[in-house]
Amino acid sequence: MYCQGCWIAACVDKGYAFLSKLREQFIWLILIFFLSACHHQPHNNPYPSRDDKANVYYGAFSTPPKTLDPAKSYTVNEAQFISLIYETPLEYHYLKRPWALKPLLAEGLPQIRYLDAQGLPTLDRLKAKSSEYIIHIRPGIYYQPHPALARDTQGQLVYAHLSPAQAQHYHQISDFTQTGTRELTADDFVYEIKRLASPQVQSPIYGLMSGHIMDLAHLRARLEMQMQKNPKTPLDLRDYSFSGAEVLDRYTYRIRLSDPYPQFMYWLAMSFFAPYPWEADRFYSQPGFAHQNISIDWVPIGTGPYQLSQNNPNALLQLIKNPNFHREKLPQGLAHYAGEELPKIQGLEFYSEKESIPRWNKFLQGYYDQSGIGSDSFDAAIAYNAQGLPELKPKLRDQGIKLQISTEPSIFYLGFNWQDPIVGGADPKAQKLRQALSIAIDMQEYIQIFLNGRGQLAQGPLPPGIWGAKTGSDAFNPFIFKKEQGQVKRRSLAEAQKLLTEAGYPNGIDVKTGKPLKLTLSIASDSRIDEGTLYTWFIQQFAKLNIELNIESTTYNRFQDKLNSGATQIFFSGWLADYPDPENFLFLLYGPNGKVKYGGENISNYQNADFDREYLAMSRLRKGPERQAEIDRMVAEVQEDAPWIWGFYPVSFQLSQPWVFNNHANPLVNNALKYMALDPEQRFKSRLARNKLAVWPLWLMGLTLGLIMVCLWYLHRQQKNKKPASISIKGKGPLC
Amino acid sequence: MLIYLLRKILYAIPVILAVNVLTFMLFFKLNSPDDMARMQLGQKYITTEALMGWKKAHGYDKPVFYNTQASSWHAFTDTLFFEKSVKLLIFDFGLSDSNRDIGQDLKTRMGPSLAVAIPSFILSIVLSIVIALFMVLYRNTGFEKFLIVSCIILMSISTLFYIIGGQFLVAKTWHWVPLSGYMPGWGQFKFIILPVVIAALSGLGANARWYRAIFLEEINKEYVQLAKAKGLSGFQIAFYHVLPNGALPILTGVVVLIPSLFMGSLLLESFFGIPGLGSYTIDAILQQDFAIVRVMVYLGTVLYLLGLILTDLTYSYVDPRVRLE
Amino acid sequence: MNHWVFLNTDLLFYLLLFLIGLYFSLVYRQEHLRRIWRTIFVKPIAWISCGVIILYLSIAILDSMHFTLKEEVRGLKPDPYRVYSVLDLILAPLPSVDEKTYAAPLALHSYQKEWQLNEQGEMQFSYVPLSYAPDLIAEARSEFSDLMHRLLWGGVCGLAFALTLMFMLETLLQIGHAIKRIFKKQPILIRPLFFWPRSSSKIVWFVLSLMLCFAVGAVLVLSKAYHVMGTDKIGQDVFLIAVKSIRTAILLGSLTSLMVLPLAILAAIPAGYWGGFVDDIVQFIYVTLSSIPGVLLIAASILAMQVYISVHPDLFPTSLARADARLLTLCAILGLTSWTNLCRILRAETLKLRETDFVLAAKAMGHRSLHIMARHILPNVSHLILITVVLDFSSLVMAEAVLTYIGVGVDPNMNSWGNMIAAARLELAREPVVWWPLMASFTLMFIFILSVNLFSDQVRKGFSPREEKV
Repeated sequence: MYCQGCWIAACVDKGYAFLSKLREQFIWLILIFFLSACHHQPHNNPYPSRDDKANVYYGAFSTPPKTLDPAKSYTVNEAQFISLIYETPLEYHYLKRPWALKPLLAEGLPQIRYLDAQGLPTLDRLKAKSSEYIIHIRPGIYYQPHPALARDTQGQLVYAHLSPAQAQHYHQISDFTQTGTRELTADDFVYEIKRLASPQVQSPIYGLMSGHIMDLAHLRARLEMQMQKNPKTPLDLRDYSFSGAEVLDRYTYRIRLSDPYPQFMYWLAMSFFAPYPWEADRFYSQPGFAHQNISIDWVPIGTGPYQLSQNNPNALLQLIKNPNFHREKLPQGLAHYAGEELPKIQGLEFYSEKESIPRWNKFLQGYYDQSGIGSDSFDAAIAYNAQGLPELKPKLRDQGIKLQISTEPSIFYLGFNWQDPIVGGADPKAQKLRQALSIAIDMQEYIQIFLNGRGQLAQGPLPPGIWGAKTGSDAFNPFIFKKEQGQVKRRSLAEAQKLLTEAGYPNGIDVKTGKPLKLTLSIASDSRIDEGTLYTWFIQQFAKLNIELNIESTTYNRFQDKLNSGATQIFFSGWLADYPDPENFLFLLYGPNGKVKYGGENISNYQNADFDREYLAMSRLRKGPERQAEIDRMVAEVQEDAPWIWGFYPVSFQLSQPWVFNNHANPLVNNALKYMALDPEQRFKSRLARNKLAVWPLWLMGLTLGLIMVCLWYLHRQQKNKKPASISIKGKGPLC
Repeated sequence: MLIYLLRKILYAIPVILAVNVLTFMLFFKLNSPDDMARMQLGQKYITTEALMGWKKAHGYDKPVFYNTQASSWHAFTDTLFFEKSVKLLIFDFGLSDSNRDIGQDLKTRMGPSLAVAIPSFILSIVLSIVIALFMVLYRNTGFEKFLIVSCIILMSISTLFYIIGGQFLVAKTWHWVPLSGYMPGWGQFKFIILPVVIAALSGLGANARWYRAIFLEEINKEYVQLAKAKGLSGFQIAFYHVLPNGALPILTGVVVLIPSLFMGSLLLESFFGIPGLGSYTIDAILQQDFAIVRVMVYLGTVLYLLGLILTDLTYSYVDPRVRLE
Repeated sequence: MNHWVFLNTDLLFYLLLFLIGLYFSLVYRQEHLRRIWRTIFVKPIAWISCGVIILYLSIAILDSMHFTLKEEVRGLKPDPYRVYSVLDLILAPLPSVDEKTYAAPLALHSYQKEWQLNEQGEMQFSYVPLSYAPDLIAEARSEFSDLMHRLLWGGVCGLAFALTLMFMLETLLQIGHAIKRIFKKQPILIRPLFFWPRSSSKIVWFVLSLMLCFAVGAVLVLSKAYHVMGTDKIGQDVFLIAVKSIRTAILLGSLTSLMVLPLAILAAIPAGYWGGFVDDIVQFIYVTLSSIPGVLLIAASILAMQVYISVHPDLFPTSLARADARLLTLCAILGLTSWTNLCRILRAETLKLRETDFVLAAKAMGHRSLHIMARHILPNVSHLILITVVLDFSSLVMAEAVLTYIGVGVDPNMNSWGNMIAAARLELAREPVVWWPLMASFTLMFIFILSVNLFSDQVRKGFSPREEKV
């Protein structure tokens, strides 16, 4: 037969020589492996060894940010980057509770004037028809170095007028050799507010803000018209006059609202109102930049303590100290470095870590400086002590790891659709049914089973820490709990059954039809592994009252569809606060915010005229006893009406390594890193101690390999000693 | 030869078109533009106006196949299908739903994917061939039986167990390599060694058995008997005769896979946090970013067809008896 | 009880079993097929692996007979929303036993200490006794002796069962042999004993299979008192889940084959036989389908199915029906992606057969094409079909695990090895390590796939013996 491929044989021949060389190399490699194991640095270090003792914070992100544009971003995981890069007029105090605002870029808190129908200043907030905010900003604040701000000797922007041919040469932001900066002025704040209306930006809060900021909707309409006329040319927002926000002088601007909206103050602490230089829009709108991912979404430009030096959302986000950062002092009251200049940490590196397990294990190995606790690693880290309080497991405590617990300003609940003929409406019978269900469904058990106790049972709509929320042993919902011998106890199932009978469903049977009561619960599914258990649990809870429960679990989008059309009966939902004001929770029950009728955020479509009236007053009143009284009345009303089964306020557990200082759990402060400090020396020693190399498996492998070699050699010898006659003729024996 | 190639490419075009239409239908049936908008816009204060705005900004507000408002040929080009699907054909991938240029992302992610895929591909083939040759060399001995049983055992273990077990022992318990991550340049050795070994190991059993069958067939041919009669040793026969001749069927089976190496490995990359195209695909599926998924489907198809053509080419190159016409 | 429930997959599975039965009745009638199967089953490795497969298959069959309960039966709690199977009845009361959380295999108490009230009313940090464990104090023996007791008892039961079965089969074979000889008017002789091991290698296999029976019996008896493989996060018995996952794996493998067969046969044989335009179309379809990356196609289809389910909740009222529909979709889509392989093989073989003498003769005799394809070509490619289906089976079972892990496989609420592995990954990250769910799924899956691989190897050798005549 023709023997093809002799060239392969030749290759094999050459390969032998190569292999023998490689073998030497390999032995050398293994030697290195062992030698290096004995000293210097751990083998599983995922970072370059030159950074071993660098003052760099290591963090992880599971979902890459979709945008770092301050006008667009509205998620917590993006906020942790944006709030370090951009700064806002106001910010939350790092240490104070209840939460309080303090000026950041502004000189002081804004001056607010309430105006009556004639546009004259008034002190009566309830009668006021509009308001205006005057904000003075601090002079002498400069932007981070950025090519968009680079100017030549004539003062002309260097990179503002690139031709398409020139633009092609730039593939990433570091290709621009020149950078520049300029002072922050009031124009930049106004420009950003105009951006909220821009159809090219698509800000998520435009809908909400157009109801508050004067003239914003009008500006939008004008911009859209311009877009229709010239779809290709980018908008220059400076060309549009805008009465909603105006510059008064270089360091002062005024925002005018079409209603008295005292909560607007809190919005000034959110990234939507961060300053934005117009030069950036000019720079990024140049042809071809978007296709190189050179856009404001990926290359931000701010005044904050850090600037983004590398943005690879696939793997790594790297931030370095902003050289132009204005002077800011660490607040008094911090354990370390109080009163010194911030930031203390020189650089931040966030690695993409999609899976929770490597993230958690790397934290334990010392490669991440902070970590939350997932429900799968909860038992490994936390145990409840005799008083029922969570504590770190001894193993972690011995390593010096610190635990911080904080209740988040958010609530999860089971809502009733107020428009549903069975569970909804102000009818006392429906109210009794809702109250009976509220008693029967034991959310405390939910917290224990599904959250490892990381939740606080909700008594009403307001989480603790929000102004006006009541805490203490007397702040319980009297319709679900009662006090017996000084202890608050859930009302008994018998009471729930009694209420159910009064509602017209004795023992779960509808008296009118004689048929068993069937209810439907809608859940937005996120394909969790223990979903089956969750559904079984809900079914069991309803079965306590002999009510059959049907669970409709759909994707998040379908769930939203159902809420929009009111096609739900009971649903599971939650709300994460925008700002720590009771208004931000109570507006979820305000009638004119109804989802079905008005497209607002009141997804249970609750409607109560008393509540609505009190809401209007409450939302405008100054913080004081009068406002507190209104809030108490409103909470009592909804507790009785029970439009929600008050679920729980989530509690977050945060772990940090012993070499991390000044960390303080504050769910509203996203840029806590600017206050924090590190001890890289201690971190390096800990990493060495925690990652000792196991050598024995290598010996074991070697031994096995040797054993196989010996067997082979033995076989080889045996075959050589055999007589050649038995080899080939019948083709039975081995070849050699 | 050239004509053959041309014909093959012409044949590939309707296949690519069919895949294109199929995926377009599947993904738009699956996820209406409304769903995509909602997915990307987040959860709060979403008005219908905002949804419309998003769709307009991303070009999802156009009619699907035929635009009644546009004039002449714009009626066909100013449509969703043309913008989102036909443009793929000229490798204009456009922006993902989260506003990143897909072409750029593909470029940056290709490196890590290949860094894992190529070494594991080569290691797997070399190891399998060596073991297969051993099996043939030591035919009908206990050693062969041992190897065969090992192979069957190796191929009876799910890849998941290799990955989970390997990561647990090597990375977590023994601290030999980092748990996950990637670093470009020379630092990547410690990140990719474990995935590479696992990938090679998990394919070893099936491949070695397959190659063994090929070599066995070869060893029965007359020229081997002749070589034996000449007095060549078993090793010589195996390496100089059986291996080169058996390489042909192995090559044809293997070449078809080479272009697909670009696609990366879904499982390995997501387990070991390697920012390659495999994990890109998985993330896109989980985040329902179908702009990316469509691109990956299209790329996979093109690479597969490329593999088929490459196979034919190598066949004719290695075996002079085969002519492509 | 007494309220039978038939899922779609159950019905299809019954249909499949019926088809397998049909095939073997065909084998019995055809001498040459019978001879091949006989040569396959002469080898002990074939009948042992086949025995394991039959064990798994019967578990799957028992687990495919569903009913709901109205009153308590053998410790199974009645639950209007829960569907039990005959297998649950056999393993009762395990399906209704719930611990709080993790417990190690054969443990008497929880895996980790918890704060609890003791008799004096004080909080105490200690292990919680399990609700499902033997009452050792009442029986007055140590855990070890109790374990040994049950182990031996179960093992002996298993052995006895196996030996009885063997004896009965042997008797049947002998009687059949005798009857045959009577019909042929030959003197009645005792035929060589089928089950008696004569060579030394057969003795090894014989002992091995007896050990297997011992182990099965022992595990079954132990599971009546202990959590043999511990419990999982929400306190369900891991042994029960792992065993119930067998149904998912077998159904997935076999129903996919059921989808593949008609597609491949109906496309490949006409394509190969007629050639021309038909061939072009079939080739075009299978090149198109096989060029799409399989995982992405599967992911898209599964997501499409989920959308369909959530748009039509009335069609799938219970979570069981939803999970079932999803399994069926997965089978269909896996079938769609994997029929191309078989189609290619069959088409090539048909091309060869088209030119053979007997087909040409049949053509010359004026038989219609359909007749020729059904009577002459199909029987001659059937061995290829069999080999391919059996060979693909194990890869399908493994694919299930991978797809489920990625999140595009079976429903997360379904018992499946893929779901177990997905959860096990989190468990391995715990401290102390929870290793038993992974171990359980690994063991059961490994044994099953190993026997399928060994068996398919033997089937391949039996049907294409050329390769082994070396």
